[in-house]
Amino acid sequence: MNDPEATASVGSERRAWFLRGVRSAISVPGFILASAFVGFAGLARDAGLTLTQTVFMTGIVWALPAKVVLVGAILAGSSLPAAMFAVTLSSVRLGPMVVALVPEMREPKTRSWVLYALSHFVAVTSWVLAMERFRYVPRSMRTTYYAGLGSMLVLANMAVVGVVFLIAGRLPPAVSAALFFLTPLYFVTSLWGSARERAGQLAMILGLALGPVFHVAMPGFDLLASGLVAGFGAFAIHLLIKRRRAV
Amino acid sequence: MTFDAIETWWWPYLFILIAGWLATDFWRFLGVYLGGRMAHDSELLVLVRCIATGLVAAVIANLIVFPAGVLASVPLALRIGAAGVGFFAFLASGKKVVAGIAAGEAVLFGSLFWLDVL
Repeated sequence: MNDPEATASVGSERRAWFLRGVRSAISVPGFILASAFVGFAGLARDAGLTLTQTVFMTGIVWALPAKVVLVGAILAGSSLPAAMFAVTLSSVRLGPMVVALVPEMREPKTRSWVLYALSHFVAVTSWVLAMERFRYVPRSMRTTYYAGLGSMLVLANMAVVGVVFLIAGRLPPAVSAALFFLTPLYFVTSLWGSARERAGQLAMILGLALGPVFHVAMPGFDLLASGLVAGFGAFAIHLLIKRRRAV
Repeated sequence: MTFDAIETWWWPYLFILIAGWLATDFWRFLGVYLGGRMAHDSELLVLVRCIATGLVAAVIANLIVFPAGVLASVPLALRIGAAGVGFFAFLASGKKVVAGIAAGEAVLFGSLFWLDVL
């Protein structure tokens, strides 16, 4: 059981798969994510957050939509419960994503604290990369591989956010405008791509239209109101279409 | 109890921890706990995903229509136009995010130089 040579070879295999995970973070989705974080650094800076607050938020929250909502709530002067409620609502998707990911990397002997710790790395990019690459990773090495992938993405983007935060004030205005525009562009495209059903795309269109309306009509509750109205509206239409098809 | 309600160094971090970390890792931990117990195609999950998508979309629209900082001095029509061009380039390229970002940025950056607004 405790053959030192076997333990050593498992150890070196683990290291190899961890490094492969790290390497798969350096990919096209990884670079797109980094560009969105460039935009986020600018957004947080303009919202009046400090460098350490922004880097701290990047590591501790990690999911970019949640952070954009949080900074949006801070900008709007929301209270702590309102901000927490908005971020909680915007992050519901993380639950089903983790539910889908865990069976892919769990083994009977996997300790549950490992899964809880790894779940912190779950956000759109690492999830998409993992679901796509896991088939090339032996099951026993998947948690190790995901640890490499997830930690590399988090640490690299904390560094990106820190560097951009420091240089943002020295850039020509047109360059900063272009950099800060990366976040909305990234989400306008990737949000559409990540919607699993037509209803999600309809909810996105409704949310885009309602956001600015509610921003003026009911400041402070604009995000919640838009999310609920767009979500229930899209869902109702989804049910109607389904019923009509069934008839 | 807003982000800058209490004048201490730790309050913003506590705010981020409660409104940011707790609000996101709650779902991740719940996801691990529930494991494979939830039916992935249930109608409730469709509704939940719709609300989440609508909420994020509202945030994005507000970032474009009511931005803070330097983007606020870019004309509104240009912000909406550049986002629209980016979105249609994304669709036209067969849902390539890179193409959408490149097209939107080209319109924004090109127009800023052409119009010399900033």
